[in-house]
Amino acid sequence: MPPRAGHSRVKALDYDDDDVYSDDDYLDEGDGDGMTDEDKEQLRLGTINVKSALGPSISIPDTEIQEALWHYYFDVAKAASYLKNKLAPKPVAQTKKQKPISRFDLAAASTSGPSPDDIVLNAQAKGTKPKKGTSKHATGDKATNDVTNSVSALSVEEAPRVKSKNLDVLKEFEKSDMKRMANFVVIGHVDHGKSTLMGRLLYDLKVIDQRSVDKLRKEAETIGKSSFALAWVMDQTSEERSRGVTVDIATNYFETEKTKFTILDAPGHRDFIPNMIAGASQADFAVLVIDAGINSFESGLKGQTKEHAMLVRSMGVQRLVVAVNKMDTVQWSKERFDEISQQMTAFLVSASFAAKNLTFIPCAGLTGDNIIRPPPANTFPDDWYTGPTLIEALDASEPAKRALTLPLRLTVSDVFRGGIMHPLSISGRLDAGSLQVGDTVLAMPAGEPATIKGIESESESVDWAVAGQIVTLHLADIDPVHLRLGDIICTPANPIQNIKRFTAKILAFEDVFPMSIDVFRGRMNAPAKVVRLLSTLNKASGAVEKKKPRIVAPGALAKVVVELEREMPLEVGTRVVLRAGGDTVAAGLLESVE
Amino acid sequence: MRLLKQQIDKKDGSGFAVLLPEEPEDMWHAYNLIQPNDLLRARAMRRITKESESGSVTSVRVPIDLTIMVSSTDFDVGSGQLHVAGKVSAENEHVKLGSFHTLDLELQRKFTLEKAEGWDSVAVEMLKEAVDTSKRAQVYAVVMQEGLANVCLITEHQTILRQKVEVAIPRKRKGGIDGHDKGLDRFFTTLLRTLLNHIDLPSQTPPYTPVLLASPGFLASAFQTYIKTIATATTNKPLLALLPSILIAHSSSGHQHALTEVLSSPAVLAKLADTKYARETALMDKFFELLRKDDGRAWYGPKEVEQAVEKGAVGRGGGVLLISNALFRAQNVAERKRWVSLVDRVRDVEGGEVRVLSSLHESGKRLESLGNVAAILTFPLEDLDEDDEEDGARAEGEMEF
Ligand SMILES: Nc1nc2c(ncn2[C@@H]2O[C@H](COP(=O)(O)OP(=O)(O)OP(=O)(O)O)[C@@H](O)[C@H]2O)c(=O)[nH]1
Ligand SMILES: [Mg+2]
Repeated sequence: MPPRAGHSRVKALDYDDDDVYSDDDYLDEGDGDGMTDEDKEQLRLGTINVKSALGPSISIPDTEIQEALWHYYFDVAKAASYLKNKLAPKPVAQTKKQKPISRFDLAAASTSGPSPDDIVLNAQAKGTKPKKGTSKHATGDKATNDVTNSVSALSVEEAPRVKSKNLDVLKEFEKSDMKRMANFVVIGHVDHGKSTLMGRLLYDLKVIDQRSVDKLRKEAETIGKSSFALAWVMDQTSEERSRGVTVDIATNYFETEKTKFTILDAPGHRDFIPNMIAGASQADFAVLVIDAGINSFESGLKGQTKEHAMLVRSMGVQRLVVAVNKMDTVQWSKERFDEISQQMTAFLVSASFAAKNLTFIPCAGLTGDNIIRPPPANTFPDDWYTGPTLIEALDASEPAKRALTLPLRLTVSDVFRGGIMHPLSISGRLDAGSLQVGDTVLAMPAGEPATIKGIESESESVDWAVAGQIVTLHLADIDPVHLRLGDIICTPANPIQNIKRFTAKILAFEDVFPMSIDVFRGRMNAPAKVVRLLSTLNKASGAVEKKKPRIVAPGALAKVVVELEREMPLEVGTRVVLRAGGDTVAAGLLESVE
Repeated sequence: MRLLKQQIDKKDGSGFAVLLPEEPEDMWHAYNLIQPNDLLRARAMRRITKESESGSVTSVRVPIDLTIMVSSTDFDVGSGQLHVAGKVSAENEHVKLGSFHTLDLELQRKFTLEKAEGWDSVAVEMLKEAVDTSKRAQVYAVVMQEGLANVCLITEHQTILRQKVEVAIPRKRKGGIDGHDKGLDRFFTTLLRTLLNHIDLPSQTPPYTPVLLASPGFLASAFQTYIKTIATATTNKPLLALLPSILIAHSSSGHQHALTEVLSSPAVLAKLADTKYARETALMDKFFELLRKDDGRAWYGPKEVEQAVEKGAVGRGGGVLLISNALFRAQNVAERKRWVSLVDRVRDVEGGEVRVLSSLHESGKRLESLGNVAAILTFPLEDLDEDDEEDGARAEGEMEF
């Protein structure tokens, strides 16, 4: 009889119950509103303080004060300034005994406070019917007044179910004439300048203001990392900043006349490839950043330059903008640029990218040359380069196809607390289908239903969303323990199944034999085993070359059986990445489920 | 395990051994030794009902010595509990011959084991290993990634998953890393609490069992820093004393199988060089290295290995047979014999080396993926797998051992 590991006893359960699973953030909070006692006390005191800061002439419902406090992590001054800005009649705004509020705080308040849309939505979520004709996207005073009205009409305890507007989302989508949008992942070897390049792009496009960048510059200087100031736009955690290395995907937005873009800035360090995979799985195309510096390009080739490119290709990315970066360090040399372009083209074509889908752009993120504007004359010796800037190349991307009519699939890439009104929120890309506020969805593998009480896209509230968008969903009627990174949100009408064993067609990056691996799909990262090698296949014809091989060599195509430690939601047609010991062992396509 | 008495015939292996399990690991040895059809004698508490002369019925618990013929064993790795079920084979005043009973083996309580088929070479070898009481290295290992950690105890013969810790950590987001930082802090708090629960510092004296922290990136060292901070802030003496025992290593994930990487890291090898675990890990690494070369000198799977032995390729001059002890736990007598005779042949006839790997170590699990048996050959052989019928050799690797 096999020995039993402690947890095999509870195999039938979704999660081992002798394991520690802490969701304190959500679970410790006695009631449903997502707050700890400590939070509540802070909120109570904060509300009193904000009221006194605002003075008696301004009357704002407590709920709104609390919403603001929550957004500013209980910072009374910021909350008060935000509320005043939004709601107070202008003349009364200068109340007494208030801390002077810095311009920076005000700037922050106007960009990251709860938007009027939010509040409208919250009001709806609480069951008040919005007035007919109130556009969701109305801004300014009208919306603000509606807000004030509807919020004051609320009774706080009540939280009736969210009503669906029963929209025909696909029709709405057509009608909306939605601007072209594209999500791209920024990949490449560690330190090749990905984050700096994106920080620069956002700065030059004025998505990030001068003030914030000055602030980052100063902070970076203080710890002797001044060259990383622009990268800090993306690298926000203290770990990332002190080490000068991106650890996790940073998301940011910008738009051109033609397109709304979502940036997914990936880490280059090989230890964080799981995070890079999570980012790449949400992307329509990729920007591969290559350091043109002497030796840097070469060491990148041995490192993640190739691995990242192969990974995104195997995850379905077809188009690659190759930013040949740090051109300033090689005097904008044509020879160097040509050398890199040629070598990379040869490699990328062998990794089955079509040459026509590759664009090479010489640039320097640090100086900002050839990012959104061409560099000054003669930067390129004899002005040898007359091609597009980076942003022009981005704009030239074909809009991605959307799997609009397929059943809903959304891969959860984050589970968090979205605010006081939203104790439980998730974000992720809609891989297929569509959804709208009020929909009931199913979270897999838990198999638990949840209600969508709000949707945000690029920090704005919306009524619906379609495949291709990366959205935040505010959920109700579900316990957070049922939601984990990598889960799939699907429609109860056509749910994805949990499976334990599957056959995949794989392209081996390393030797494959029966072995322990991790299966990656989006944020999902599940321990598993290759249990059987069925056959190796001819790369051209796909015909079986050898049955039951003992080992599959790097570069070979094969069919293998994979068994997961626990059941996971996967289906035929899903692309997976198999890794072991920190190496990408293979990329695969799920062919059948046993 | 202490050997109290042994009477085993050198020639035919008949006879018995009286053993006293002294530490939890001994239960694992007992589990590997006890086979179906063996005779096991141990003390058990039985509830006996007595009818007095006046007719009133009383129930008392009395200790009785039971001998059963083993029909099945049930071992729980986590708790180290071993239950052995079987039919009573020696009449007793309280229990009927042939009735069904379960014996729960316990620490500090002796048992007698008589082998149905006699003590074969593998059983004798296991017995030797079980009663070898020389002090062995142990290490706690925590493999971690953001939000997930597996706390394991690695002993000479077992890797025991003590606890899995999962804490939801929100990712860094545009407009706020507060949730992430708080989540990380919660993760560290939970993990340290869990770890200390298992180590139980107050019950030990320094120098403590080494604690190995491994992760991708800087997580393990961040956790180490966290422990330092807590120890200093709370002036927790035992925790402060633990600090020097903490080692940092690299792993590619927080999944348990990442322990394999940890164990082959130089820092760890230095501490564990002499353990069975480290030797087995090194051996499996060598096997995979040869397999990668694909030059016909590394084979795996029951049929392939048997054929290789048959052809004399696993003998003197570098032949190694790697076999998991899971195969010797086969319920089926013929199946066990098959493996024992393979071992005997390699060792005694061919002059090769035999390594019995513990199925509870990561190396044993790697071997399990390969069908629980593999061999390093002295000369290359090709096409051992050609005449393999449909679900032949490889399929056995998937059996639940
Ligand atoms: N000279 C020069 N240096 C650059 C340029 N772009 C980035 N750097 C420097 O390269 C270093 C690394 O930049 P990052 O933006 O953090 O690199 P990264 O690719 O995001 O690194 P990871 O995310 O950790 O993989 C920093 O010191 C930057 O100042 C450039 O165009 N020219
Ligand atoms: Mg970066």
